[in-house]
Amino acid sequence: MSKTVAEKILLEHSDLKEISPGQFVECDIDLIMVHEQLGGRIHKEYEKLGIDYVWDPNKIFFILDHWVPAPTISAAQMHQDCRTFAEKYNFIHNIGMDKGICHQVLPEMGFSRPGMLIVGSDSHTTTYGAFNCLSTGIGATDVSVVFATGKLWFKVPESFKINFLGELNKGIMSKDIILKIIGDITTKGAIYKSLEFHGIESLSIDGRMTISNMVVEAGAKFGVFLSDNKLENWIQKRSKEKYNIIHPDKEAIYEKSLEYNLSEIRPMVAKPSSPGNVEGIENVEGIEIDQAFLGSCTNGRIEDLRIAAKILKGKSINPKTRFIITPASKEVYIKAMKEGLLDIFINAGAVVTHSTCGACIGGHMGVLGEEEVCISSTNRNFIGRMGAASSQVYLASPATVTASAIYGKITDPREVL
Amino acid sequence: MDEINGFAYILGDDINTDDIVPSHTLTMRDPHEMAKCTLEFIDPQFVKKIDKGNIIVAGENFGTGSSREEAVNVFKILGIKAIIAKSFARIYFRNLINVGIPGITLNEWNENTFSKGDNLEISLDKGVIFNKTKNLKVEFAKLPEFLTKILNEGGIINQLKKKFSK
Repeated sequence: MSKTVAEKILLEHSDLKEISPGQFVECDIDLIMVHEQLGGRIHKEYEKLGIDYVWDPNKIFFILDHWVPAPTISAAQMHQDCRTFAEKYNFIHNIGMDKGICHQVLPEMGFSRPGMLIVGSDSHTTTYGAFNCLSTGIGATDVSVVFATGKLWFKVPESFKINFLGELNKGIMSKDIILKIIGDITTKGAIYKSLEFHGIESLSIDGRMTISNMVVEAGAKFGVFLSDNKLENWIQKRSKEKYNIIHPDKEAIYEKSLEYNLSEIRPMVAKPSSPGNVEGIENVEGIEIDQAFLGSCTNGRIEDLRIAAKILKGKSINPKTRFIITPASKEVYIKAMKEGLLDIFINAGAVVTHSTCGACIGGHMGVLGEEEVCISSTNRNFIGRMGAASSQVYLASPATVTASAIYGKITDPREVL
Repeated sequence: MDEINGFAYILGDDINTDDIVPSHTLTMRDPHEMAKCTLEFIDPQFVKKIDKGNIIVAGENFGTGSSREEAVNVFKILGIKAIIAKSFARIYFRNLINVGIPGITLNEWNENTFSKGDNLEISLDKGVIFNKTKNLKVEFAKLPEFLTKILNEGGIINQLKKKFSK
């Protein structure tokens, strides 16, 4: 039977000869990513099992990123619990707290490759779909199951084919594409589905990661891109491991097929308090902001910082507005430093922080006070997501966030580029 | 699992994980402290209004957002016996079953089907919710057998523990 990418990868990781959507299958996991959740519920649940080993310490990627460096005593204690567990079970890929945000660092280190099946203790684990692999988020107990057995059950998902035509115009970014898609299909439109992206050649790897990252905001289980030369070059620079490119069959069956002409995409903004509450920029322009935030696993990559620097060069942040910039990883940070981007940011009045999930989750490094308004390059704008329950978050592209920081109100980046 | 009995507590659409456990609670060391903050941003009185043994009846896309299993565990601590929703976010549904709380998908319901305080009896084996207050029987798609088994064993950790102890 003809198959989608998701069906092929799940089949290859099962011991079955045939699978079809709706079926439950048990699959072998190639890699599992864990962060601070390890010191939250995971270690407590795992210790209940009464075993003194993990299935494969070489297939666990452990990193600290949400609250680094620890802003509170309780966060510090959580980190201690994480480290104790990682040492007890001899984790080999114990990445530490200085490298950056999990979904940026794991691909940078070459751990996400075509054909793999990856899970992680974070809903935005879907990000690795940009690398032609299947990856998705799971909770603490599922993590314990994988630690103990290396296996997990999956429901084989139906797939949506999303085909891109043409190229993005100046000032428009892949964030605008994924916001447009979420606005169209709604936050529940893809629950349990695999989104399969075709027509990807014009998109950068950074941009693909942004799209895969946010498919979960539409409820999707996977957001998988096809492969091309751009991806293979990227992988070969970062990993010597073999990989297995997966193409869908020509006759593969899709529950839905959507097509987007990228040249028609305009800057999009998700209003409070749902990533699905999406409008074209023209409907939100002029809304005053207290803070602009550029960073996170969605949009803290070098491409994002480059466009921000391009917009900011020779200009200043509005004196009533705070602009916080958090590179997604140390690698991105160093690149930005070498390219002179950090000088531009700091001279314009922005605050540049080390790499962390901090501001995005209202943890630290940019928490919002009562009634404050923030435009943010992150992925969620739920009530109280970045701080006080009465604060409001507008989600937008790095270009829109930066343009807005200059004027202190939501601004179309095409006006300043 | 025997029949589950409890009184309905109604919630709306798109209740997300950050609503259920705001991120400022996530580094709390004591899960019971965290449970005191459940849904505080959308209803500061929620914890006072809920009773042990309530069954939550919610709208679409329940549990959307983060993978944080705390968003299931706080309901376990508060004594919620089951959650009925028009649809569940994928990770949240898995977390419910894994922790041992039945998640029941009922595509359609309205105020004629359930209201706050209705006395409900759920049979997972039969796939039926009996609303005793309204004298109404509603059928739902039964869970796959392997998931019912996880629930019967009190969650997947208990199930796995038994396997390892053999």
